Amino acid sequence: MTWSEMRPLLSQASWDTLYMVGWSTVIAVVVGLPLGVLLVLTDRGGLLRNLLANKVIGQVVNVARSMPFIILMVALMSFTRWVTGTTIGREAAIVPLAIGAIPFYARLVEMSVREVDGGLVEAVQSMGGSTWKTVRSVLVPEALPSLISGATTTVIALIGYSAMAGTVGAGGLGDIAIRYGYQRFESGIMWITVAILAVVISLLQFAGDFAARSLHRRGAGSGRLLLFRPLGRPRTVPAAAGPAGVPAPAEAPAVTDAVHKG
Amino acid sequence: MPGTPAHSTATETHVITTSGLTKVYHPHGSRGGAPGTRTPQEIVALDGVDLHVREGEVYGVIGQSGAGKSSLIRCVNLLERPTSGTVTVDGRDLTALAGRGARAGRELRRARSRIGMVFQHFNLLSSRTVQANVELPLEILGLSGKERSRKALELLDLVGLGDRAKAYPAQLSGGQKQRVGIARALAGDPKVLLSDEATSALDPDTTRSILRLLRDLNQQLGLTVLLITHEMDVVKSVCDSAALMERGRIVESGTVSELLATPGSRLAGALFPVGGRATGEDRTVVDVTFHGDAATRPVISELARTYNIDISILGAAMDTVAGRQVGRMRIELPGRYEDNVVPVGFLREQGLGVDVVGVADDAPAAGAQTSPLVKEGAK
Repeated sequence: MTWSEMRPLLSQASWDTLYMVGWSTVIAVVVGLPLGVLLVLTDRGGLLRNLLANKVIGQVVNVARSMPFIILMVALMSFTRWVTGTTIGREAAIVPLAIGAIPFYARLVEMSVREVDGGLVEAVQSMGGSTWKTVRSVLVPEALPSLISGATTTVIALIGYSAMAGTVGAGGLGDIAIRYGYQRFESGIMWITVAILAVVISLLQFAGDFAARSLHRRGAGSGRLLLFRPLGRPRTVPAAAGPAGVPAPAEAPAVTDAVHKG
Repeated sequence: MPGTPAHSTATETHVITTSGLTKVYHPHGSRGGAPGTRTPQEIVALDGVDLHVREGEVYGVIGQSGAGKSSLIRCVNLLERPTSGTVTVDGRDLTALAGRGARAGRELRRARSRIGMVFQHFNLLSSRTVQANVELPLEILGLSGKERSRKALELLDLVGLGDRAKAYPAQLSGGQKQRVGIARALAGDPKVLLSDEATSALDPDTTRSILRLLRDLNQQLGLTVLLITHEMDVVKSVCDSAALMERGRIVESGTVSELLATPGSRLAGALFPVGGRATGEDRTVVDVTFHGDAATRPVISELARTYNIDISILGAAMDTVAGRQVGRMRIELPGRYEDNVVPVGFLREQGLGVDVVGVADDAPAAGAQTSPLVKEGAK
């Protein structure tokens, strides 16, 4: 198989993968985020404490997560037909992909939101903030770096799932690798697909990490920021701004020197 | 500015009142059993607390950890629902507003927005700038964007952080963070400020500056401050009144001078610790407590002149506030107690509190039974 034969195949497959993964990620985040937040809010000690609802949502999430994707795809066929009108093609693959990813992301959201300091929730409560205000101003913004990391993990997992979407004729890079690489022994195209996937996943991971880290580092005077400090405008001396008026450390040695000389 | 503050803004109106406040925790979330019966696992955090905080005063609740201070302050704005009893803040019965559900209704939330609260660990949002943190309660109150930023900058100026509005909390020192916390607590123009161990995570210098700020706000804005702490120094430096909590109960309470006037008050002993022992056999050791209106004259030198006796001062914890002496002093008079009945009577006549330290009781400290608090206060 020559490169000119491969190129249209690969570009179509890449586009298909992007399309399926992109849409299912959007759906997973839009549905998984509130679900994950609800899991925290309804739990013991949560603002909307409702153990029954918590158990029900938790159980649904568990069942959906324990389902192998290929089975989920088959099991959801009638639902898929109801939603998209068909059970084959890219659109049909998006439905099971999204449904598989929703509970996955919901659990990641739950973990991230649980990490948010309870004191912050208490602070907003003490100001008279509503539950919705607490979610919007505290839980989501404070968990944001971790929510972004979770979304990155979800996208990458979805790229893995999407390899199976070929079974419903949805195409994609994984499908190319299976049909050409495995079934026709075209190892060249298989390695190229693998390489493309590796590059895509690395790029996604890098972008996700970068976004999460730059949000996380907001204002944190970490050592890494120090590296860039000489390039920016000079920062004010913290001691001068401090109310405690921490004395300059240079004073102490000067005093001891004087004592020694005296 | 230790001792009884001079320009107390306190009035006689009670702005925070709790009556019969009880909080029982059910571990493992169990709520079984008929009311009134208590299973052994239950923890009684508050056991019938009656608290009366007057308008414009700084009221300190002191106690060791586990005494129920935290539960008490959280019950005042109903962050924790009391098991029984009522909480009235600024004339409104919050326990009635709360309703029965676990969620805070609109009424309770509105009442809360008029009660400021500062926290030990500041509880600032790391995702927001200092200014945006102060704007958060203003968002809840529904102010417009322009109003919010005007008010937030004004509050930051008030706490001395006008130049740090654009910084993130992670760039601030502990003291600065607490100043932001205070600015945020003041955003709703509260009448009452609750301070939950606000200085416990700070070093002594910063603690002092934060306490000074609280005192200034109390005087400038007529703000009532209810603070809980485990540090006697905090009570000593800012409080008009204090209460001692132990095992969910208030065991002593009153204004600082009332406490001093109470014989055997543990809080007074801890606030003004005196030590020193008799220098010889034939000596009388007397603890003199200065409080109230009587303590305006140089009583000790009058005593010496009137009875022509030599007086040694063994230990003293005194302050002069607005020309009045406040505190305690341990003095030694020559001769046995029987010889000193008249001078001791003279001291009593001056309106001073007089405790003769027993001959048998020549222990170094004022009272061994108050040891943890005394140690705290003596630092």
